[in-house]
Amino acid sequence: MAPAPTSTYSAITLHINGEKHTLSVDHRTTLLDALRERLDLTGTKKGCDQGQCGACTVLLDGRRAVSCLQLAVAAEGREITTVEGLAEDGRLHPVQQAFLDLDGYQCGYCTPGQICSAIAVIEEHAAGWPSAVTEDVRPEAGPPPLTDDEIRERMSGNLCRCGAYVSIVQAVSRAAATTPADRAGTGTTTRAHGADTDSTDPHGTEAAA
Amino acid sequence: MKEFDYRRALDVSGALALLDADPDARFLGGGTNLVDLMKAGVERPARLVDVRELPLAGVESTADGGLRIGATATNSDLAAHPDVRRRYPALAQAVLAGASGQLRNMATVGGNLLQRTRCGYFADVTKPCNKRVPGSGCPAVGGEHRNHAVLGASEHCVAVHPSDMGVALTAFDAVVSYETADGPGELPIADLYLPVGDTPHRETALPPGALITGVTLPPAPTAANSRYRKVRERASYAFAIGSIAAALDVRDGVVRDARLAFGAVASRPWRARAAERVLTGAPADAGTFAAAADAELAAAKPLPHNGYKVTLMRNLVVAVLTELAEEATR
Repeated sequence: MAPAPTSTYSAITLHINGEKHTLSVDHRTTLLDALRERLDLTGTKKGCDQGQCGACTVLLDGRRAVSCLQLAVAAEGREITTVEGLAEDGRLHPVQQAFLDLDGYQCGYCTPGQICSAIAVIEEHAAGWPSAVTEDVRPEAGPPPLTDDEIRERMSGNLCRCGAYVSIVQAVSRAAATTPADRAGTGTTTRAHGADTDSTDPHGTEAAA
Repeated sequence: MKEFDYRRALDVSGALALLDADPDARFLGGGTNLVDLMKAGVERPARLVDVRELPLAGVESTADGGLRIGATATNSDLAAHPDVRRRYPALAQAVLAGASGQLRNMATVGGNLLQRTRCGYFADVTKPCNKRVPGSGCPAVGGEHRNHAVLGASEHCVAVHPSDMGVALTAFDAVVSYETADGPGELPIADLYLPVGDTPHRETALPPGALITGVTLPPAPTAANSRYRKVRERASYAFAIGSIAAALDVRDGVVRDARLAFGAVASRPWRARAAERVLTGAPADAGTFAAAADAELAAAKPLPHNGYKVTLMRNLVVAVLTELAEEATR
């Protein structure tokens, strides 16, 4: 029953922004480092590198995750979306546009993570997920309105050292109000309602994001 | 970080075989704690067995009206589940109070239970720590211990368990299921975590090589009137300095049933049974609630810099039970 001989690296294929990338990785490589150092996808930023700042946020199977604590080898088979994959046909994603229009940044370093996170926040809210500031979490209470307090709480995993929070909250709020239904809710809703049963479609829903 | 082998398991028996009860191998769930500890050199596994794709992600009602939660269910799926929110609202609130949206999407229920303390000395390999290096000493006792334990600790370790989820699971008498190469087993969550004593490096009663497969909540009508309250040093995205999961059933002004567990005060989620004994059958008023808190906290042994936790927990007990009593009579 002894495991096969030890190997400390693997040839893997990552699905990123609709494209396949095959590479050999040392198992210690995080998804963040694979994106930036191996695949030249430097839109995703390295901040703390320990899961505390959110600068490295990407979407995995349509859900936001910090890529600094995600091993690249363990991301094989999952649909990865980075900030480079959000625009469609040269048009910015509505969340990107809202950050531009409302000045939701200063230096811009945290912005790709903020935007990826905000897209997921809007989807999670559209799927009816409560948050830590939701007064009544029971499903009968209905989905909470996406107030500024709700946005602040849901975005608390993304730090902005410039302190552009006021504009970030406004941008998320506007994007939530203007995001077409076909661009919000798809990935998260499918997974959220799939929670009743084992998920049968772990990475087939990201095409709409 | 030390180099390591990586294997992905597709079923439970495969995961157990790949781990092979090797003390140098670790199961990898969401990785939000393990990968961080590997970067810090606290964990140095030779092999990771990725269990995230095991078919254990379901959250389902049981025939008797309880709930069965798969070990690889993410924190997000658990907190969003309608049955959790309806029947065990404090559990949904506890999960939502922990970490960030990103981390809750990654983290799994099994991993949450087995996450390690965030004691700064444990995370710093240049410092002594009895939990990390048995016998090396505990600098926290005479050092930085503002957020350390006031209940159930020992001179050998005063670290606290950081889980929010575990506090609600403890209040609701969760039973943890596991598999080993020799067969399955179960542990009530109260027995999952070992007393600190002089062996703080031994944290759980799980057999070597065991894989947590799920958590079962027994039916608990009282849990429908429950609440989780967390106090932390900023409004969001921080570990608790004190927290409480509470459920209360009140009829005709008398407490019929009470469930109470504390977080961030001990090496494990702390079931407040002494408080529950005071509450059950007593008038549902502030005097009873304060007496219940005092009964539980009589055993507290605060250190020079964390005595505030005793006051904090007393106030939390009274405040949350007062709110639940009002809800119960509404």
